[in-house]
Amino acid sequence: MTAVSARTGMTLRLEPQPGEVIDRNRPLEFTWNGQRFPAYHGDTIVSALAACGERIFSRSFKYHRPRGLLSASFLDPGCTVQVGDEPNVRGAHRRVEPGMVVSAQNVWPSLRYDVKSVNQVVGRFLTAGFYYKTFIKPQRLWPAYERVLRRFSSGGVVAKDSAHGYYDKRYAHPDVVVAGGGPAGMAAAVAAAEAGAAVLLVEEEYELGGHLRWGDAGQLEALRELRAAVAAAPGVEVMTNSVVNGRYDGNWLGIVQRNLPHVVERLVKARAKTLVVAPGLIERPYVFEGNDLPGVMLSTGVRRLVNLHAVKPGQRAVVLSANPEGDAAIDDLARAGVEVAKVVDGRRGPTIQRATGSRGVQAVECADGTVVDCDLLVTAVGWTAPTALLNMAGDRPVYSERAARFLPSLLPDDVLVAGGIAGDGPLEQLTEHARAVGREAAGRAAETARSLCAGIPQIAERRAGPPDPEPAVALPELPVEDHPALFFSGTRGFVDFSEDVTAKDLIAAAEEGYDSIELVKRYTTVTMGPSQGKLETVNAVAVLAAATGRTIAETGTTVWRPPYAPITLGALAGRIFEPVRHSPMQPWHEAAGATPLVAGAWIRPDSYGDPAGEVRAVRSGVGIIDVTPLGKFDLRGPDVPELLNQLYVNKWSRLDVGSVRYGVMCAEDGVVLDDGVTGRLAEDRYILTATSSGAATVQEWIESWLQTERPDWRIHVTPVTTAYASINVAGPRSRELLGRLVEDVDLANEAFPYMRVRVGRIAGVDGCFMWRIGFTGELSYELHVPASHGLRVWEALLERGADLGVRPFGVEAQRILRLEKGHFIVGQDTDGLTQAYGAGLGWAVKLDKPDFAGRTELVWQSRRDDYFRLVGLQPVDGSVVPPEASQIVLGRGIAGRITSSRMSPTLGRSICLGFVAPSLTGPGTQVTVRLPDGGEVAATVMPQHAHFDPEGTRQRG
Amino acid sequence: MLSVPCPWCGPRDETEFSYGGQAHVAHPAEPDALSDHEWSDYLFVRDNPRGPFAERWCHSAGCRRWFNAVRDTVTHSFLAVYRIGDPVPEIS
Repeated sequence: MTAVSARTGMTLRLEPQPGEVIDRNRPLEFTWNGQRFPAYHGDTIVSALAACGERIFSRSFKYHRPRGLLSASFLDPGCTVQVGDEPNVRGAHRRVEPGMVVSAQNVWPSLRYDVKSVNQVVGRFLTAGFYYKTFIKPQRLWPAYERVLRRFSSGGVVAKDSAHGYYDKRYAHPDVVVAGGGPAGMAAAVAAAEAGAAVLLVEEEYELGGHLRWGDAGQLEALRELRAAVAAAPGVEVMTNSVVNGRYDGNWLGIVQRNLPHVVERLVKARAKTLVVAPGLIERPYVFEGNDLPGVMLSTGVRRLVNLHAVKPGQRAVVLSANPEGDAAIDDLARAGVEVAKVVDGRRGPTIQRATGSRGVQAVECADGTVVDCDLLVTAVGWTAPTALLNMAGDRPVYSERAARFLPSLLPDDVLVAGGIAGDGPLEQLTEHARAVGREAAGRAAETARSLCAGIPQIAERRAGPPDPEPAVALPELPVEDHPALFFSGTRGFVDFSEDVTAKDLIAAAEEGYDSIELVKRYTTVTMGPSQGKLETVNAVAVLAAATGRTIAETGTTVWRPPYAPITLGALAGRIFEPVRHSPMQPWHEAAGATPLVAGAWIRPDSYGDPAGEVRAVRSGVGIIDVTPLGKFDLRGPDVPELLNQLYVNKWSRLDVGSVRYGVMCAEDGVVLDDGVTGRLAEDRYILTATSSGAATVQEWIESWLQTERPDWRIHVTPVTTAYASINVAGPRSRELLGRLVEDVDLANEAFPYMRVRVGRIAGVDGCFMWRIGFTGELSYELHVPASHGLRVWEALLERGADLGVRPFGVEAQRILRLEKGHFIVGQDTDGLTQAYGAGLGWAVKLDKPDFAGRTELVWQSRRDDYFRLVGLQPVDGSVVPPEASQIVLGRGIAGRITSSRMSPTLGRSICLGFVAPSLTGPGTQVTVRLPDGGEVAATVMPQHAHFDPEGTRQRG
Repeated sequence: MLSVPCPWCGPRDETEFSYGGQAHVAHPAEPDALSDHEWSDYLFVRDNPRGPFAERWCHSAGCRRWFNAVRDTVTHSFLAVYRIGDPVPEIS
């Protein structure tokens, strides 16, 4: 969109104000709905537009009513705009930048004349639960409804191809985090820092100061002093334009930081020893007919606009004031040259009836019957305590009739409150209290640090630790001042501006029987919009309380959950710290064009482009595969056989030096946990291997037995998975190839037969061990080479075997090879219910051992035959490969599933492993496999798992 | 996220640990001597108290040691950590 015309200028810009945050020496231009607008650095998008006389910034969610400024803060529900390709930008918070392209969201054809505002006319049909009632039936039409309704929903446009900036993460361990950088937060942070704590002070606005920023001369002076104290305090880190988004167990805080150059957002995960919650108070809107018209503003919104951005908010105003903040707004308006036509004192009875006007306030009808023409109505009727972080810390704030707001009740020891959320009082009293809170927070943090270090002598000695806490002093009590309970006038008006929920909707919901605030919330969506109840919750509770004849305390409130403020997916995704593991040969694989396979933390070659060709190379000549991720554990000590006997279903007592054995581990419930080969390298040295994906589980399982059940066994377990690079050399010519590289081991079949292990030198590398096993079903040797020489051996194998046609093969080829051979994979061909006999492992289970993990369950299983079994399956039509997880059906029931399936290059037909019901296990049984597309194919149950070389002659050759 | 006080490494984030369930549930010395009911009690039945609970943790991404802890299931605060084999400490 190109800018079509420049506005005449900032006609509503005031003379310089003492606390203004705009820099008049730095003018700039941006566009709004295609028109050029002037602004100053320091303006928000909306303050710049307001200075030029704009009053409507969005159309509302449901009725498409025009909306303008309300709070002039992050929460302002009417100021959500699109900036470039970024949707849902808080226009009353985001600072305008030169050349920024801003537009209204969800309007057609324009913000000024929105066709969809016809919804207002039919508004009486869009009542509470409208969507639930209208579109629930017939259910099959919902997708059609959804397409139409989506056009009516608010929200901006996400460009799929937009470049995204850099999102970061950080871990922090401050002693004290202060959430909120107003006067109380600053005082608490300084006091905590002076007491020796490392402090993180987090403020949502662009500068510290809270309400002092729009205050009088005395408050501005106090602000200067507090800012200077923060700057001078040792060990206070300040994050502005940042927000504490959640508090979790152990004071684990999620903080979104937005004030960094070149970083869009950074998610700071802070483990605070103490949290001081000092968010101040949020001004509550008043519910009356016409309360959403542009020109109806909160007193704090007016004060921000006048004092921070030097914008005249209107020409002629009516002010409803029930507190000193409202009274101060009257002074601000007078100073800004706004004619204050009438002041209604909310502390003395009736207030106002309604505001009228079409595209903004034109008149206000007061409760005394007078009608005043005006273009601005300012309300100051009370406060909402943003207790979200307290809720997350387990507090259930209680409603105070006197103060007409919720107050904290029971806080855990590591959470403190300061400022307006804690109580009232003059500035000096609030900052005095906050200083005491800050000192206490530092003291408690020091106590926590001390108790953390106490149990660890070497840490306690090494670190001096925080200083001794001051002797405990009781925190001063803050008074709570009386405030009139003003929530609504009449039964009309908007309670939730973001969701377009009116008081009438809530009353209707109550009449329909939704009398609990939690139910009303979900039924009407009140408080569920972008401001998440910070403006609306207490009004919603008050309206419902009146409708149901209860008090606010009896009605209760909804629970505030994280996040406190909206968070982008970018911040959550951000930089990823998860470690990636790869073998020493991975760079070679990548250079050779291998397709990467992400397997847990490992990156492995899936194939080198031709899995079928790789399979044929192994069956006809020789291939090599990198199996480094195989879990490997070095076991030493006289009691290793005891451990093996306890953890495996097999027998291990007579494993000679130089032998290896395949073993199956089951959990105590008899379910197959892992399998692998263990070899005895020397009298008291064993190497145990586990599956790549099961290695971590197996290690924990072994350590659990050694550390908790059998601490008397003399065994040392060292994980050596990454200490050795592992290469499987497989194929009929593998012995010939290996013979060219191995110097000191006789590879002849008689000297080094199947299921044996030898230690020796390979390609000049000492300390290798190799075992003859056959996952692929071919003659094969698994080489374990000290990791630093892995690449050397890998390259030597390829170089010396070139004339034998040696090829590297990947995980996919290995999966085909093992399926041809009928070897199952734990977790692929078994699941969390597969006990050993069901997987066809009965041959390995030695029930005559006195005890092993899972034995009791397996004894029971061995006496039954009612369990599904793993069988080899071949589709009758060998060209069909039923996808893994296809169901096997019998009549109308499920009688099994395909667990593995591939096209076999060796056999030229499809082959499977699968589970079948007990009645279908007989060899030759025909079963019906249901394909995902609904079609069915017949498959035959094979006599054994192996589809190729069931006698096993090839691997023994 | 819990901060788990590993007795060997100090407090660490929960993501470094594996949870081992209720503590002091030993593998039976003679499983064959148990009735079916006793065996299923051992295998499946665990306490689920509101309040202090003795449980096992393993610092799997750290020192790899198993240890016992008493955790309050209401506040999620750790009241004590102690070695495997030691009795449950008195919680005042």
